Amino acid sequence: MSLEKFISEAISPWMKNDGDESDIVLSSRIRLARNLKDYSFPIIATTEEASLVVKQVKEHFEKEKYDQYGPFELLEMDDMKPNEKKVLVEKHLISPQLSDESKKGAVLLSSDESLSIMVNEEDHLRIQCLFSGFQLSEGLVLASGIDDWIESKLHYAFDERKGYITSCPTNVGTGLRASVMMHLPALVITKQLNKILPAINQLGLVVRGIYGEGSEALGNLFQISNQITLGKSEEDIVEDLRGVVLQLIHQERAAREMLLQSSKLHLEDRVYRSYGILAYARTIESKEAAQRLSDVRLGIDLKILKELSASILNELMILTQPGFLQQYAGEILSPDQRDERRAALIRERLNLEIEKFN
Amino acid sequence: MLCHECNKREATLHFTKILNGEKNEIHLCDQCAREKGEYLPGSNGFSIHQLLSGLLNFEQPIQNSPSRSLQSEQQCKKCGMTFHQFARAGRFGCAECYETFNHKLDPMLKRVHSGNTVHIGKIPKRIGTGIQLQRKIVQLKEQLQQHISKEEFEEAAKLRDEIRSLEKLAQQSGGEG
Repeated sequence: MSLEKFISEAISPWMKNDGDESDIVLSSRIRLARNLKDYSFPIIATTEEASLVVKQVKEHFEKEKYDQYGPFELLEMDDMKPNEKKVLVEKHLISPQLSDESKKGAVLLSSDESLSIMVNEEDHLRIQCLFSGFQLSEGLVLASGIDDWIESKLHYAFDERKGYITSCPTNVGTGLRASVMMHLPALVITKQLNKILPAINQLGLVVRGIYGEGSEALGNLFQISNQITLGKSEEDIVEDLRGVVLQLIHQERAAREMLLQSSKLHLEDRVYRSYGILAYARTIESKEAAQRLSDVRLGIDLKILKELSASILNELMILTQPGFLQQYAGEILSPDQRDERRAALIRERLNLEIEKFN
Repeated sequence: MLCHECNKREATLHFTKILNGEKNEIHLCDQCAREKGEYLPGSNGFSIHQLLSGLLNFEQPIQNSPSRSLQSEQQCKKCGMTFHQFARAGRFGCAECYETFNHKLDPMLKRVHSGNTVHIGKIPKRIGTGIQLQRKIVQLKEQLQQHISKEEFEEAAKLRDEIRSLEKLAQQSGGEG
């Protein structure tokens, strides 16, 4: 398969849309946790019970259409090969838990992959909307609409005082987790982020490094989400997160400006070195690739590198993960082989850009 | 600084846990950290569910008293989950569990959700109509009391009639929800 074709199939259609502030906020996500009233939660459900939940949801989606979305594709974990599941995890369409630990786990995907509904994950239903750029309110409207549509037929577990009942009490109430993925290289380089993070935690928000193990942030990418789901309305939760994200965008922009003014030479050096390594390396680990890609993306945003498109970071962060590398290669790869393939894929992708530019 | 666990050896490992702005520091020596397992650097087996059972201030080793967990422990009638099992898993087994363990729930919810224990967000459209009516009735009753205390009887009579008709409506919708 040609690389261009592979990329166009691998990158979800929603990612190709431009969102607000997309130089810093890469994507926005809204997730609603819902459970059906009369069934045990997935943690203790029997296989029969879990199958019944899938059946109910499936019937609803087959019988009716939701707005412009649809048809939805139902994928059942039991029918999928390990690497197929891995690819869905790497695209953030399903969680590792659904892929590896669920009983009768399934996912419903809209054709543009912006809507995914996991069945039998920690809760019976996890409705998830993905948008490019900074579009939390839009995500909430969409998620809430599909939530109403599902509720028109299925009986949710809802309590007047506790709200939407979830398996884990950390999600009870609204069942809402709103999050954004941000690229914050200048705040990391200038060491300001460490000072900002504790303050964000105090506001009931959580910051996580993504694509990394533990708390380490690979490629200066951070996920910021709400922690509190009870005692606040959905709109307030989203609004509070939005306010903090706007602040972070502002700070990151200021830090970038400062870097340009105070140490332009060093910044250019850093960007071009990373570009050079990505363009010529014969083997590269995911950690280094993430850091170099972050530098290159910063260079593109600051117009140091002009011949490259900005989507390169988003694309390559996804494509250079193990599952995708193996899918592209068509076989299972050892870690060493993956590093080699990763370097090759990045080189090829950069060449495509240069061809386009010429 | 001495190890918090044994109070004998020098603490060499320092952990800070920040939850809802509350800072909690733990200082351990190598040996005690190894015994605790999860505190060893690099062992990333710390999930939200384990953190949650930490919040429950749960007496840790159940294994030491196998008889106690069998004794008269409260159990969810529908799914059979005990509070011990919940505390270990950090997840409930069914919607009924929230009723069963209601009395133990609020202190935990307060800690996780910044002091909140009551949902004020979205109400489901279909099954929630009854609840929406109830919310409205409660609201009107409060207003009614205010009018009575101010001796505004005309206003109060109007509200009383409105409440009655809403209550009738709530009964007709089948007392569901």
